[in-house]
Amino acid sequence: MVSSSRPQIQPILSSKDANIYYGNFLAVRDVTIDIPKNSITAFIGPSGCGKSTVLRCFNRLNDLIKTFKMRGSMNYHGQDLYSPEIDPVAVRRQIGMVFQKPNPFPKSIYDNIAFGPRLVKYKGNMDELVERSLRGSALWDEVKDKLKESGLALSGGQQQRLCIARAIAMQPDVILMDEPCSALDPISTLKIEDLFQELKEKYTIVIVTHNMQQASRASDYTAFFNVEQTDRGRTGHIVEYDRTEVIFQNPQQQATQSYVSGRFG
Amino acid sequence: MNSTPFSTPEDSSSQGLINRLKRQPSSPRTLFNSVMTIIVFVCAAIAIVPLVAVLWYVLEKGGSRLSLDLFTQLPPPPNTVGGGFGNAFIGTLMTVGIGSAIAIPCGILAAIFLSEFAAGTRLASWIGFLTNVLSGVPSIVVGVFAYSLVVLTTGSFSAIAGGFALAVLMLPIIVRTATESLALVPQEARQAAVGLGATRFQTVARVVLPAALPPILTGVMLAVARASGETAPLIFTALFNNFWPKGVSEPIATLSVLVFNFATTPYKNQQELAAAGSLILVLMVTIASIGSRLIVKRK
Repeated sequence: MVSSSRPQIQPILSSKDANIYYGNFLAVRDVTIDIPKNSITAFIGPSGCGKSTVLRCFNRLNDLIKTFKMRGSMNYHGQDLYSPEIDPVAVRRQIGMVFQKPNPFPKSIYDNIAFGPRLVKYKGNMDELVERSLRGSALWDEVKDKLKESGLALSGGQQQRLCIARAIAMQPDVILMDEPCSALDPISTLKIEDLFQELKEKYTIVIVTHNMQQASRASDYTAFFNVEQTDRGRTGHIVEYDRTEVIFQNPQQQATQSYVSGRFG
Repeated sequence: MNSTPFSTPEDSSSQGLINRLKRQPSSPRTLFNSVMTIIVFVCAAIAIVPLVAVLWYVLEKGGSRLSLDLFTQLPPPPNTVGGGFGNAFIGTLMTVGIGSAIAIPCGILAAIFLSEFAAGTRLASWIGFLTNVLSGVPSIVVGVFAYSLVVLTTGSFSAIAGGFALAVLMLPIIVRTATESLALVPQEARQAAVGLGATRFQTVARVVLPAALPPILTGVMLAVARASGETAPLIFTALFNNFWPKGVSEPIATLSVLVFNFATTPYKNQQELAAAGSLILVLMVTIASIGSRLIVKRK
């Protein structure tokens, strides 16, 4: 059973009856979800349930996988992201992505931030944009004196905030984060969670996480994914999607209840 | 202390266990280990012998003729003294330069196609296979190929024909090393660029290629070193010339062909020049590979 999306605010990203395939294998089925603007939405669920797959569909990163196919619709401000007139490169410029493993380029901190804006031949003041982006990811004070040093010389948590700053520098509308804290220590994780609250003033954030405390602490809405064996492989689906406090305190589905209370998965 | 869970009550049996830990130089295992270590060292020494011998021979025979005259004078006629091979030195630079100008861009672009655009396709595996076949083609066959394709159609032996033959020899080396270097660039780097809205071209040009540049340069230097020593394909294509090069469309002298020609003459002066030419060739290759290592390190 799939519960319909609860939030009634105007959605920025929405998906309706989306089935995602790799070749003939149905990876995720019946994804129907509305993600509200200026909110933090968390995707939780056991490994292999398709959280990251759905996340990557929203900025068409799955296009890189040759066997990938999507049936159904994925919309951004009501526009179908998979319509033939849509340029996936342009989608990725407005819907940014932060990956699980911090992946700064082997370039200076400054050049890491300036990479995206240079792609689109940014005309404004680059120094200012770099500073603003680094302040936006709460990294400025730590790196302002060493902008010429390699981004790889930073600690893991700093690298991840550098990657967030790099995404912010594109002035996106939405930032997708695929387990952004899974490679970080608890203190760096808290810093990034604090950052979410500031970022949601300007951006919409969707985050995949294995850390349920993180979802309950940091998110406004939570979607619980589960996976089950079907005749077409192990297929994920959304079990329940609601306000985070409902998912964690009063879930409507037994599977959600078991998962959030740690009796499962 | 009997507090640890592993200690046994009887002291004698634990003493027995300790005795087992002691070194036993005459045990079969230790002996085998020592013998194998000696064999490995001897084999390593044997492998270095030819290298040292070649360097020693070339230095001894050619070192005495090392002077600026080698680069400023033309090859002497038989039964005279002095002379040099300035024309052959320039000729080698020209033919290798022409070969590099063709093979380096073609090879790197082909590698980019294979690893970034066609990776995993049947076309890519076929091209990869054919590149390997090409790298196994004997250089004399490449020479005959360049002869019939360039020399016969243009009607003249030339630096261009020589450079073309060298390019064919360099191409598979560059394609292979560059493809491997590009494949070593972590997938995360590509995803980061694509995730920021980079096009495929931007991803390759601004992230993947810069990251793979040091090992690509090493492969290029390997190809240049191989090409500068090639003789067989140049005999059919660049031929030889006793005078200073006037252009790229005439027969041209090269160091390797000069060594081949002069080492087989009965004249002592020519034989010495051949040895000096070998020395210069070895030095050129050594300097080029050290230079490329320095560039790679600085990156």
